[in-house]
Amino acid sequence: MRYLPLTDADRSDMLAAVGVGSIDALFADVPAAARHEALLDLPLAMGEMAVERRLGAMAARNVSAGSVPFFLGGGVYRHHVPAAVDHLIQRGEFLTSYTPYQPELAQGTLQYLFEFQTQVALLTGMDVANASLYDGATACAEAVAMAGRVTRRNKAVLSGRLHPHYRALCETYARFAGGNLAMQEAGPGGSEDLAALIDSETSCVVVQNPDFFGEIRDYSELAETCHQAGALLVVVVAEILSLGAILPPGEMGADIVAAEGQSFGNALNFGGPHVGLFATREKFVRQMPGRLVGETVDAEGRRGWVLTLSTREQHIRREKATSNICTNAGLCALAFTIHLALLGETGLTGLARLNHATAVQAAERLASVDGVTLLNDGFFNEFTLRLARPAVACVDELARRGVLAGIPVSRFYPERDDLADLLLVAVTETVSLQDIDALAAALAEVMR
Amino acid sequence: MSVRYTRDHEWVRQEGDVVVVGITDYAQSQLGDIVYVELPEIGRTVEQGKEAAVVESAKAASEVYAPVSGEVVAVNEAIADDPARVNADATGEGWFLKLRLTEPQQFEALMDEAAYQTFVAQEQH
Amino acid sequence: MNEWSQALSGKPAADAAPVATISGNRGLQIEEPLLFEQDSPGRSGVDLPPVPLGKSRLAGLERRGPIGLPGLSEPQIVRHFTRLSQKNYAIDSGLYPLGSCTMKHNPRLNEKMARLPGFADVHPMQPAATVQGALELIDTLAHWLKSLTGMPAVALSPAAGAHGELCGIMTIRAALEARGDRRRRILVPQSAHGTNPATAAACGYAVEAIPANANGRVDLAALKAALGNDVAALMLTNPNTCGLFENEILEIAQAVHAAGAFFYCDGANFNAIVGRVRPAALGIDALHINLHKTFSTPHGGGGPGSGPVVLAAELAPYAPLPWVVHGESGFHLVEHREAEAARTIGRLKGFHGQMGMFVRALTYMMSHGADGLRQVAEDAVLNANYLRVRLADVLSVAFPGICMHEVLFDDRFLKDTGVTTLDFAKALIDEGYHPMTMYFPLVVHGALLVEPTETESKASLDQFIAVLRGLAARAAAGAAEAFHAAPHLTPRRRLDETAAARKPVLRWRPEPMHRQAAE
Repeated sequence: MRYLPLTDADRSDMLAAVGVGSIDALFADVPAAARHEALLDLPLAMGEMAVERRLGAMAARNVSAGSVPFFLGGGVYRHHVPAAVDHLIQRGEFLTSYTPYQPELAQGTLQYLFEFQTQVALLTGMDVANASLYDGATACAEAVAMAGRVTRRNKAVLSGRLHPHYRALCETYARFAGGNLAMQEAGPGGSEDLAALIDSETSCVVVQNPDFFGEIRDYSELAETCHQAGALLVVVVAEILSLGAILPPGEMGADIVAAEGQSFGNALNFGGPHVGLFATREKFVRQMPGRLVGETVDAEGRRGWVLTLSTREQHIRREKATSNICTNAGLCALAFTIHLALLGETGLTGLARLNHATAVQAAERLASVDGVTLLNDGFFNEFTLRLARPAVACVDELARRGVLAGIPVSRFYPERDDLADLLLVAVTETVSLQDIDALAAALAEVMR
Repeated sequence: MSVRYTRDHEWVRQEGDVVVVGITDYAQSQLGDIVYVELPEIGRTVEQGKEAAVVESAKAASEVYAPVSGEVVAVNEAIADDPARVNADATGEGWFLKLRLTEPQQFEALMDEAAYQTFVAQEQH
Repeated sequence: MNEWSQALSGKPAADAAPVATISGNRGLQIEEPLLFEQDSPGRSGVDLPPVPLGKSRLAGLERRGPIGLPGLSEPQIVRHFTRLSQKNYAIDSGLYPLGSCTMKHNPRLNEKMARLPGFADVHPMQPAATVQGALELIDTLAHWLKSLTGMPAVALSPAAGAHGELCGIMTIRAALEARGDRRRRILVPQSAHGTNPATAAACGYAVEAIPANANGRVDLAALKAALGNDVAALMLTNPNTCGLFENEILEIAQAVHAAGAFFYCDGANFNAIVGRVRPAALGIDALHINLHKTFSTPHGGGGPGSGPVVLAAELAPYAPLPWVVHGESGFHLVEHREAEAARTIGRLKGFHGQMGMFVRALTYMMSHGADGLRQVAEDAVLNANYLRVRLADVLSVAFPGICMHEVLFDDRFLKDTGVTTLDFAKALIDEGYHPMTMYFPLVVHGALLVEPTETESKASLDQFIAVLRGLAARAAAGAAEAFHAAPHLTPRRRLDETAAARKPVLRWRPEPMHRQAAE
């Protein structure tokens, strides 16, 4: 076995040193009934080539996004990742190190996490950010829990335009943590009176920008209302690239930002791993979940980095911890950091403009197809179309024609007949004019 | 001036109808460099043996329990700003809070200095 | 002020550096400023195509000012992160004996497979017909995990071990509530990972600690005394964090079940028993498996991980959404609280779980096969026991007898030397090793928990043993001062964690002085 360095001779020498006759003696504490005496009914060891063949065959049964005109978003976006990103995150010193508990041996990890925290704080317009959570959806659920700790209140108001998975997570977490939720019905149009749902028990209002249906909104007034009522405003950002173009949540008065960072440096990965971003105001820092890296000095007075404010965390505070999280999304955070570092201010704002301009082109082109209506007024790189037919049937038919057209909203809300004709379309810089033409043409055909 | 101690290493000093509460010098030495102190709001009533404040070092966190029941009438903001004061002078400038006693008999029932020193000696053993 | 001097703090050195250099660099250890200190406005590491002309439709909510991100070119970025990487220890560079963390070799085939466009460049919301291979992979992984544990069901979406715990305890609470049984307490041994009590609390339970007995196992009498009809579950790590197999586990399970409670097992140490022990036969109701530990999807400096949970039949109906089903038209996902999922606890993560980790774990499993996985457990346990017997006369083994995949020492061997566990660990750094886990578990004084894993050769272990023996001898000979000052040879010496926590600096901010001086 290529991964196991011990030889049979080593094993017998070592068993003799340990003073036992056989390996079985080392498992003597295991009850006999629980020992696998024979090999399990699973395949035997395989060489690299054989494994590649098996997994390659599975991979080949999937239509990869890069092989077709591709328009899916809904919280996961296909962006071009510069070659340097993957090269750097595969350096063994990053890939095969542990959580930086020994700071003298992990200054590399600690410094990039400090840079990551700074980037996230700058992008969101907030004071501080943590060293990542699992993904945007879990970050959102953690934000609701944190708002409860800060306000000592128990009711969260959720917008109907919050990503349905984020809503679902809040429901699961709240059910077991004993929280209450007031949820607005999902839907793209009209105005949503969230302020009316705020009462003296409200810990926070959770909104998304751009919202799940792609619309960009100003939440400044809502922030005011929240603060007057002693509640927090939580703003979710599912497409972090949007903050290269639009007003960040911090400038709208957000108290917590929970975001998905996949767009920078991370592949679609069929939904994971991605990277959860979490930022807040300085005054709430001790209520934050997750790891934090802080600046300090070493015994020679040189600047260095350590994990800090650890007494919030489970390994010290146990049942009183702010969250149970331990492993987070370190390497995905590194990919995020490198990609955003490569972009820089100019690259980021340019990429955001490119996304938006391409999306505007696509939206206008698609809206000109008979039976297709654009529902958005302001949007970034994703918008909602109303089709003259159920969207799921169109999407399946377009997939057969070699176009991955977007996400039917009914995939998230199958019980809602009134949303069945909605199609969510994302247009990033990876979409070409030819792709837009192909989608428009194919859509026109299936609308007929 | 009468001082009493708890098994959780808090000290209590009676000053008229209020008591001053802090952590003992032994407690601060066990915690190491204190980095953060969380104090209760003034006006809150606390019950004997229940959490009244939190004290943290870089690698440990510990609750400060109310040695006696009472209403919080003052807290030491100076240690919130500069937690090192607790290390420097745990039984003086490093006090945590003042309580107005609701059950005065609780005070007398706590350990006196000699009893506490014996208790600490046993715990170290 | 130039970029170099900004990397230094400006404070005078507390004691002199071993060699004073002009640059502050020390040979291969090169000082590296923050990205933000290398900014040149307008510079970028990407070249973008031209932006098509058209009207902006941003609802009048355009950004008003600059973000403040630095501009660097690709060569600067590559050098920056390469230099940072060189300040890290890694399993690629040496033995990494962090107990309970399972730092084993990460096969590169795992990485190659996870990057196949058919897995990496696939969107989770594509029509099922276009992702049959991805769903097949998930189904195959589920089959392996169920076969290895003997359990009938598996929830794959949890993103890490602690997330798996959350999943397990939520399903337990849902099952209890379905019986109309609202219980209040969860029992957790003193030696448990901090995630266990934190998880129990997050699910609305009070936590009660169960002490260890003199053999480093759960005190069965204390457990039985604590059990009652308001106990929802016992959360037990097995093999436990002392590196020992809970030899009374059948009685433990029986007592827990007799009280009407569930038996949750923290499978962080599954690597010690994979392929050799069948958890289903131990009376376990739910068990999470850290794919990033046992199945060597890398740790990546703290994630991403993946923490699937295998479930007993009674808990299976409460598993979180989504899951993969094989039907007449191939594989599909159950994503909603529909007929067959009526009792699910709901969703725990966006989309379908950590696919990138699933690919790596399945690659690892297929590479090893049923035979290789069994050998993994055997070699891991043999390596740990070899360390134990070779060190028993100089370090103090905490509990007598055979250990599993890791061996626990306490600090009795350092008594009267003036050297602490921390000092000893830091001295190991100068010898070129990552320290073992220190001060955990909490059941022994000054714990040193050593996990060599199966991917260390005998020569590597012998070398490590020689170093530990040498350090123990040095400590005994009265070299406390040298230990206190260690490490000496790292990019940074001991760091001031107290200062970091007292006045937290959690991000870079532009300092007007620096700015002006740099310009």
